[in-house]
Amino acid sequence: MAVCIAVIAKENYPLYIRSVPTQNELKFHYTVHTSLDVVEEKISAVGKSLGDQRELYLGLLYPTEDYKVYGYVTNSKVKFVIVVDSSNTSLRDNEIRSMFRKLHNSFTDVMCNPFHNPGDTIQSKAFDGIVSGMMVQTASYT
Amino acid sequence: MATFADFSPPLSSRLAVTPVVTAHIELRQSPISYLLLRGAGDQGLFTSLYTSLAQQLPREPMEWRRTYGRAPKMIHLEANFVQFKEELLPKEGNKALLTFPFLHIYWTDCCDTEVYKGTVKEDMMRWQNSLRAHGSADWVIIVVETNDTKKKNKTNILPRSSIVDKIRSDFCNKQNDRCVVLSDPLKDSSRSQESWNSLLLKLRTLLLMSFTKNLGRFEDDMRTLREKRTQPGWSFCEYFMVQEELAFVFEMLQQFEDALVQYDELDALFTQYVLNFGAGDTANWLGSFCAPVCSWNGLLLRRPIDMEKRDGIQRGEASLLDLRSYLFSRQCTLLIFLLRPWEVTQRALELLHNCVQELRLLEVSVLEGALDCWVFLSCLEVLHRIEGCCDQAQLAANCSHTVGLWAYATDKLKSLGELCGLVSEKRPTSEDLNRTVDLLAGLGDERPETVNSLQSPYKKLKEALSSVEAFERHYLELSHAAMEMYRAIGRLRSARLVGKSLAEFYMKKGDPERAETFLQEALKSYVSEGWSLPVTHTRKQIAECQKLLGRTEDYLQTSALLAGDVNLTTEERKHFCQEILTFADKSEDQSHKVTLSMGVFSQLTRLQFRPATASVHSGAVLQVELTLRCLMPVAVHIQQLAASIHFDLERGGTNGRSKGNQRQTNPGTVEFHQGNSSAGPPSSSAAGPPLELDEIQDRSPSDNSLNSTGVVCKNTHLVMRLHDNISLPDTPNCVSPPAVTIQEGAQMLKVQDVTLEPGNNSILFTAPSGQPGTYTLRQLYATVGQVQFVLPHIYPSVQYEVYSQEPQLTVEPLSEPLLAGLPQMVKFTLLTGHYAVKKGDALQLSNTDTMPILPSTSCTARISNPTAELVGESALFIQSSEKVTSISLPATPPYHTVEFLLEVLCIIPSGSDRPANESPAGVCPQMSIDCPWSIYSTLLALTFYIPFKTKHSLLSAGNRKYIQVCVQNMSDVNFTLAEVKLAEKQHASLELQSLNTKTQQLLCSKHSVFCLWEVRWKDDLPSCLQCVFSANFSPLKQDVSAFKPFHYQFQLERVTTLYSVRAEISPPAGEQHCRSGFLCGLEVCITRLTEPAEGEMAEDSKTDTDVADSSSNWAVCGKSSGMVLMPMVADATHKVQIEVMPLFAGHLPFPKIKVLKYLPHTAAVAIQPDPDSCVENDSLSLLDKALDDQGDTASIRSRGSVHSVGSGDQQQKGVAMPRLEPFSPGQVFNHSHTQQVLVLPATDDHILEVNAT
Repeated sequence: MAVCIAVIAKENYPLYIRSVPTQNELKFHYTVHTSLDVVEEKISAVGKSLGDQRELYLGLLYPTEDYKVYGYVTNSKVKFVIVVDSSNTSLRDNEIRSMFRKLHNSFTDVMCNPFHNPGDTIQSKAFDGIVSGMMVQTASYT
Repeated sequence: MATFADFSPPLSSRLAVTPVVTAHIELRQSPISYLLLRGAGDQGLFTSLYTSLAQQLPREPMEWRRTYGRAPKMIHLEANFVQFKEELLPKEGNKALLTFPFLHIYWTDCCDTEVYKGTVKEDMMRWQNSLRAHGSADWVIIVVETNDTKKKNKTNILPRSSIVDKIRSDFCNKQNDRCVVLSDPLKDSSRSQESWNSLLLKLRTLLLMSFTKNLGRFEDDMRTLREKRTQPGWSFCEYFMVQEELAFVFEMLQQFEDALVQYDELDALFTQYVLNFGAGDTANWLGSFCAPVCSWNGLLLRRPIDMEKRDGIQRGEASLLDLRSYLFSRQCTLLIFLLRPWEVTQRALELLHNCVQELRLLEVSVLEGALDCWVFLSCLEVLHRIEGCCDQAQLAANCSHTVGLWAYATDKLKSLGELCGLVSEKRPTSEDLNRTVDLLAGLGDERPETVNSLQSPYKKLKEALSSVEAFERHYLELSHAAMEMYRAIGRLRSARLVGKSLAEFYMKKGDPERAETFLQEALKSYVSEGWSLPVTHTRKQIAECQKLLGRTEDYLQTSALLAGDVNLTTEERKHFCQEILTFADKSEDQSHKVTLSMGVFSQLTRLQFRPATASVHSGAVLQVELTLRCLMPVAVHIQQLAASIHFDLERGGTNGRSKGNQRQTNPGTVEFHQGNSSAGPPSSSAAGPPLELDEIQDRSPSDNSLNSTGVVCKNTHLVMRLHDNISLPDTPNCVSPPAVTIQEGAQMLKVQDVTLEPGNNSILFTAPSGQPGTYTLRQLYATVGQVQFVLPHIYPSVQYEVYSQEPQLTVEPLSEPLLAGLPQMVKFTLLTGHYAVKKGDALQLSNTDTMPILPSTSCTARISNPTAELVGESALFIQSSEKVTSISLPATPPYHTVEFLLEVLCIIPSGSDRPANESPAGVCPQMSIDCPWSIYSTLLALTFYIPFKTKHSLLSAGNRKYIQVCVQNMSDVNFTLAEVKLAEKQHASLELQSLNTKTQQLLCSKHSVFCLWEVRWKDDLPSCLQCVFSANFSPLKQDVSAFKPFHYQFQLERVTTLYSVRAEISPPAGEQHCRSGFLCGLEVCITRLTEPAEGEMAEDSKTDTDVADSSSNWAVCGKSSGMVLMPMVADATHKVQIEVMPLFAGHLPFPKIKVLKYLPHTAAVAIQPDPDSCVENDSLSLLDKALDDQGDTASIRSRGSVHSVGSGDQQQKGVAMPRLEPFSPGQVFNHSHTQQVLVLPATDDHILEVNAT
């Protein structure tokens, strides 16, 4: 499904970033980093109008020729970014949402781990597994 | 099709808000056909009516109710009137909605029945038949009546209604509304107006009815057609035309939203087909869209309808790009009508991305770069179109919508430039030129709309591809525009990414200087947000720049960073490390030294002191172990590793120990937290330094109890300034480290020739410890050839202390407390400090009488080193002379401890020497010690506690006298008391006979021993006795030799018994015994026993008697006290009678009788007091208090009544008061002391009192 999944801390440094074709890793880093612009824009826009009750899912941040970048932000301003291949048209908005929800749940589990130091990069195997699950499906599709 | 061209409104009016304004233009073509009566000369009539009809029809809006639950809308109907022709009637299966005749009107002004019957009726019949033949039921017959026609046919006039009635009966069976009368249409009368209005209403209603019906039918047909799409032979292009027809109609009705929906549906349908194709489900008709793309001239948005493309679609010859372009141009037009220009930009970007994807999916062969051209042109076309309909302010405010297109265009232009060899220092090759020509060929000719415009996308692209210079100009223009916009809307990261791309362009153009600024800016942002991979990548680019620019220092700094960057491969890291080492080795020029930040090369992770206290005495060895984590991929040889030291002369005096590093949890070890390296985890740099917390406890200075406790953050300044701090250590590329000069004279920790392996290295320094003071480690340098790595600040600050200590002698008791009178051990502790004790050095103790030092043979001194390990033992040599005891010390090195014990004895001072009230306290004999290292004597004060407390008392029995001495043991030691003696010093005739039976007595801790002697005398008992009590004591279970003497002196005065007092209680008269509640007589008899002694004053003989009952057994009635003047002769007797009443029955103790000395005030001497007069009431009550403190209120009250009687005859009020003074113990002997008398209960004994106490 996804070609790149990233978790970004409140302070905008990456907590976790993994992409499928390793040779393009750098490109994904740039893409995800740049997407923070839009995330911030959306957060501030929502913050002004709706107050505290806001949707966590930010929707499509921006499309590029090859990828679609989706965003999601938790209440603690941790951002999730999922990059999907543009050619993968079978993916609907709902599926992206559910991917984010799964990611968020797994992230919450990581945070609940008493041995995890908030702010550290995510090393959890369980989280890795969830992410892999979202990426592996891509392989079966294409 | 020329008709469609007329549709196009002038550009300016497209965005007109009121649809009514555009209505005239749009609905001129409205498909309503009308009929005229033929051959009746009525052409003129209709022509005269046409204008007002065409004008008035759209004036009023109609509510349009729609099928499928769509919301009703108000629309203005306009009509186009066309002469009826049979050919115009739609045939079966007609798809054209635009030319569809919605309503047929038959006009007639016939009013002559004959004419009607003759021609009109027939004509109508034919018209009706042809309509019916084509299945059209939408018709209306309008009968125009004028007065002229009426007048003309005056003769055979029928009633007016009859013609209309006839028509109605002939044609409109049950549809009376299909025939309308228009009266005097050309006259300006109310009747005419009314008939106009009803006609218009009728026409509108019928028109709308027909329109709804036919549109519904059309839509149904269209849906049916769509459902057939799975059937073979179905063509998307055909269907496209049908649905577009509907869109046109909606557009004409100004229902742009509905029109847009039609296009969107077509768009979605097409997209779905492409996707299905991708999934393997191929539709035949899709084949035409898979043809190789041979034209890429971009979108065309300047025409409302691009007929050229539309024809292509209609003919099924359109390429995918053509279809998409046409579709988008229509959507764009409608969106602009809908005032949603920003949706255009958003959709445009989606479209462009989508097209690229679709071509890829359909595997359409496209010339390399052709799509880039198409995208570039399209982006610019959309932007131009938007610019055309918005003003500058609007554009500026909506940058966020357009910037994506700008960036996309920039991107595409760049890749085109690269493709055509325009991005390099060289000219394009012939191959590049060929490619350029091919690309330009696909653009075709410029479209007529833009031929005259100077800035058309077409011209831009052509120009950009024409030469290197032009390309650069255009590319820079676009890049800067995109960057500016990104900046303006706060998308700084995107702006920097564009900047980076620009930097790459500059690098290819061989202009590293410009490239570097962009790269640095981007790097700063990546570093500050902790994105390590982009940091590494950007840094690598920067390194390339710096190398080209020849900025050695910066290059080396960046190389060092990269050499330690774990994101790079080992080979790359080695390469950058080698760059540094090569430079370090090569340069011979000593002046050209390069200083780099230590952080990029290695990290100081830990520092350890040995010994751990980090505090040594001067001259001692202190080692410092540094742990350096070398970040280089290979081992690096370092010529010198040095740490500069700041030396602070200590101000705190000699004792350096107290300031030791108590704060550190792990003493002697300092951990350094440095997360700020590029290679380290980025989180730590963003999260800032960890909190350093300390516990603080506030203790009360007096009793060391805890007042408060808390936690304090030691590095608040770092934590709080987090954001300023992050970028500092990590941007050595931007800010070169401050130039550091090494002061040669300064003290340093130095190690020569170390090899740092990758990873942790441990380096041992020996710290200078010459001068006492505080040494702070400031900076760390590593020198590798010409390169020097400098750590400008070692934080947290690390310091060690070197102290110099004065020799110190302390003397303390071996066990607390020291007891006087017994030999006690005292411990001498000598800290030698900086002084080395030589052989022959001795301590000189001045002797005191009260505390002799007991010579002992086996006295050894223990010598231990600073870490409290025993170094040696040696015997002490103690020499005592009369005044001085000299202890010769063993030779001891500095900073060692000498300990030895000495036995001393403090002699208990005898009683007269010490103040009487100082009973349990100790004595502090003072001793001075002369030490060899000091010219001053040390005064020594030890407190010895006296183990005993003694009391004496005189006891009498009539004339006989006894002396009792009580010895109380105050210490915790048990003693044996022996040879208890009492002696009188002055009177030899006096004999003290001991009544003590035991020679030795055990005196336990905190217990007392009483000793008693009877005093015997021959002639006269002296009034004053000087006694000395003496005893020997030793701690329990020690031999006789251990006995030490103890003395106690005391003096007894007025020993002789002066008076004897005898009291008797007599029962009331006639009774055998006293009864409670009955008055009894108390007779007190005072007898003088001795002759008056010499000097005894007459006044002395005045006594006062007081009867008091302390246990509230008695009530004293009448006077309870009185003055007695005793004669000054022996055996003189005085009796006092007092009435008392027993309050209880039983054996009651006698009331207390006190005899007191009466001392008249000196001023009152002249007045002879009446012997029987009572003393002052006040003094009596004072007496009460003194004697009877515990007396209950009842007895006080009872005595109060006595007083009141006695106070009746009081005199001399206001005169200074006489005093009463008790006799010395032994001067008065009371015979009836503790005597009891039997009291019987009162006869009436039904009152019982039970006392339970």
